[in-house]
Amino acid sequence: MKEIALHIMDITQNSVRADASEITVTLNESIAADTLTLTIADNGRGMEPDACIRASDPWFTSRKTRKVGMGLPLLQMNARISGGEMNIESVPGTGTTVIATFRYSHLDRPPLGDVSGTIALLILSYPGINIVYNHLCEGGRWSISSGQIREELGEDALTDLTIVRSLKEIISQNVAELRNYQPGYDKY
Amino acid sequence: MEKIKSLADLRKIREEAREKLDLRVKGDNPEGLVQVKVAMATCGIASGAKPIMEFFVEELDKRGIAAVVTQTGCMGYCYAEPTVEVQLPGREPVVYGFVDRKRADEIIEKYIKNGELVEGIIPVNYEKID
Repeated sequence: MKEIALHIMDITQNSVRADASEITVTLNESIAADTLTLTIADNGRGMEPDACIRASDPWFTSRKTRKVGMGLPLLQMNARISGGEMNIESVPGTGTTVIATFRYSHLDRPPLGDVSGTIALLILSYPGINIVYNHLCEGGRWSISSGQIREELGEDALTDLTIVRSLKEIISQNVAELRNYQPGYDKY
Repeated sequence: MEKIKSLADLRKIREEAREKLDLRVKGDNPEGLVQVKVAMATCGIASGAKPIMEFFVEELDKRGIAAVVTQTGCMGYCYAEPTVEVQLPGREPVVYGFVDRKRADEIIEKYIKNGELVEGIIPVNYEKID
């Protein structure tokens, strides 16, 4: 995966397949601590400790359509080669949280990529799941969720193509504003 | 164009869009809509499924076609990603493989608009990778 955004798209599929009704994606950029942390937390069915350990093995997958599962291993690889790590916490029946940390300034850290577009597509694709997105950086915190949009614009807004196109813009504008707090963010 | 920054702006956009596209029958009968499902598992994403899904969202909206665009998981055709399943109302779903922007455009113009089959169909009984 060439971008953090694509990892988000990929790893959230695991949550979808685990029948989560809420998926929270949090990106925390800290230039001061030189870390970028991606957290994807769901309230899906969770994994037994054994499956949790094997989840980062590319030859392990819970699906039947193919014999490999590269999502988590690829994320782990990208985290490791940029001086970070990936951890999975999972409680059967409660949910799973995947935390990937990267060294912010590391040359091999993938760029964030099109995070706003990814979140917009996730909201469109899974109207039945509350997708929550939090962006944290030195400039503060900004959040949006499917629940908020549903409350503001009604249920059918979540599957409306016009809405989703504009949603991408809303997310990117707000995140850009947050990041502009400290000049230099746009470089990444 | 003014910058869109809040959900209130979004509401405004939506009302304007609704006036323009009053003909759409959306929401009332999802079965009557064109359904586009983009395979978005690791294999799909790595092959560029996201820009293809965005292309469908943008172009179907611009061309005023009432459609539901969603993601699906891996269908086992990893070698043919990006794959897209299109279901026209009342018809069997058709899966297209190796979908790039050009083919996506053809799918919209020929298949979705006119029901004409486009090259790149993966037959239902095709062998899956095992």
